[in-house]
Formats: sequence, C-alpha cells, structure tokens
Amino acid sequence: MIKSELISKIAQQNPHLYQRDVEMIVNAILDEIADALSRGDRVELRGFGAFSVRQRRARQGRNPRTGDKVAVDEKVVPFFKSGKEMRERLNGGDEG
Amino acid sequence: MTGKTITRTDFYETVYQKVGLSRVESAELVESVLNEISDALERGETVKLSSFGSFVVRSKGRRIGRNPKTGEEVPIEPRRVLVFKPSAVLKARINS
Repeated sequence: MIKSELISKIAQQNPHLYQRDVEMIVNAILDEIADALSRGDRVELRGFGAFSVRQRRARQGRNPRTGDKVAVDEKVVPFFKSGKEMRERLNGGDEG
Repeated sequence: MTGKTITRTDFYETVYQKVGLSRVESAELVESVLNEISDALERGETVKLSSFGSFVVRSKGRRIGRNPKTGEEVPIEPRRVLVFKPSAVLKARINS
C-alpha cells in the first residue's frame, strides 16, 4: 500500500470529506512524527509502535566500490519499535 | 533534545487545528489512518509512505535462542516482525 492508496481508502470511508482534506490529515500525522524526531522527541502510538531517534558516532567508513577511506560524521537516525498489539496481530493474536 | 513524548492526543489536536473538523471526528480520522496501516501490515503488505518511509513485514525462521539469565536453550518459533525503513528525506530532515 502506498500513501495515495491509503488516502483513497480513508476518503472512501468518509464520503463527506474531500480527498484533499484526507491528504492533509495523513500529511499532518507524518509531519508531526518527523518534526518530533527532529527535535529529538519520542512519538508513542500505543498498539502501533514508538518512534525515537538514536545517535550514531562519527566513524571511519569506506567507499565500497573503491575501498577509499571516508570520514562519516556523527548523525541521528530514526528508530521504530513495534507495539505489543501490533506484534500480536502480525502473529495471529496470542503471542507477543 | 527536549526529551518529550508525543502521543495520540497530540495528533488529534494537530488534525483538529489544521483541518477544521470537530475534535471527535479529528480523533476518529487519526485512528482510521493508523488502523488502515495496521490492517495492511497484518495482511503482510508493505506500506510505503513517500518522503517518510516504509513499514515492511519480515518473516523470521525458527532459531535457537538462549535465556540470558540461565543459559538455557529455548527455541524461538517462526514469527513475523515489523521493521521501519526511514526514507532519505526523513533521515535528512532529522539531521538538519
């Protein structure tokens, strides 16, 4: 499923809304997650999962094609952990 | 880092502020978005949200794990896990 399919599905369930309103809702949710992560905040959606950021130290990397050494700066990466209910749903309901 | 946690109610409020629906309906729509994504994942579909990232369901085979406290071997049964792959746009946004 891609974003446009998600938007059409929700628009179909809500015939009183314009498709562009649904689009705005989906984008507002995704933007809020991205903004929170840029501030270093956590996002917790019970049953679904939690987004957070993890710090990665600067390291010496290598260009895999040429083998040259390259300096990789320290960075922050997004991290997602699925929620308990989600893990149960993916596995038929009764296990964690 | 401000160390805050964003939860469902923050999303309800954002959608309410941005879209001009009632509070009740704003909350319902946030839930619909999460439910549609969860349903697709439960069906085993990949959910691709452009400029945000993809949620992918991976199947893991049976393997032998170990209880770290007792050292006892315990089988880990085949299961499905959810992974989030952040898009390049999201990674860049978080580091800017």
